[in-house]
Amino acid sequence: MTRSELIERLAQAQTNLTPEDVDLAVREILEHMSVTLAAGSRVEIRGFGSFALHHRPARIGRNPRTGEEVVVEERYTPRFRPGKLLRDRIIAAIQ
Amino acid sequence: MALTKADMAENLFIQMGLNKLEARDLVDAFFAEISQTLVAGEVVKLSGFGNFQLLDKHSRPGRNPKTGEKVTISARRVATFRAGNKLRERIDTTQRIRAAVEAVDA
Repeated sequence: MTRSELIERLAQAQTNLTPEDVDLAVREILEHMSVTLAAGSRVEIRGFGSFALHHRPARIGRNPRTGEEVVVEERYTPRFRPGKLLRDRIIAAIQ
Repeated sequence: MALTKADMAENLFIQMGLNKLEARDLVDAFFAEISQTLVAGEVVKLSGFGNFQLLDKHSRPGRNPKTGEKVTISARRVATFRAGNKLRERIDTTQRIRAAVEAVDA
C-alpha cells in the first residue's frame, strides 16, 4: 500500500471529509511525525507502536572497495518498535 | 513529551480546521488502516516518510530472561520500519545543527 492508496482507502471510509481533505490530513500527519522525530522527540501510538531516534556513535569504518579507513560520523537513526497489539495481531494472522 | 494521536488530532484542528471529532476519527483511521494492511501481510510504503515491511522469522532457541529457563521462541512475523531518504536527511540535518549549537554553548 502506497501513500496515495492509503489516502484512497481512508477517503472511501470517510463520509464527511472530501478526498482533498483526507489527502491534506495524511500529509499533515506524516509531516508532524517527521518534524517530531527530526527534533529528537518520540512518537507514541498506543497499540500501534513507537518511533524514537537511536544514537549511532562515530566509528572507524572501511571503504569496502579500497580497504581504506574512513571516519563514519555519529548519526541518529529512527527506530520503530511495534506495539503489543500490532505484534500479536500480525502473529495471530499467520497462525 | 512524546507525540500522541491526541496531539496529531489537535494539529489537524489547528492547521486545517477539521472539527475535533473528525480529526480524531481520521488519525484513528490512519493508524488502523496501516495496521490492517500489515496484518494482511502487505507492506506499507509512505513516500517521504518510510516503509513498513514484514519479516518472517524461524523458530529459535531462547531463554526466559527472568528464570533462565530454556524455551523455544516460535516462528513469527514482525513488522519493521525503514525510514526513507527524505526523513533520514531531515533527521541528520536537524541533529547536526543541534550538535553544533551545543558545541558553541559549551
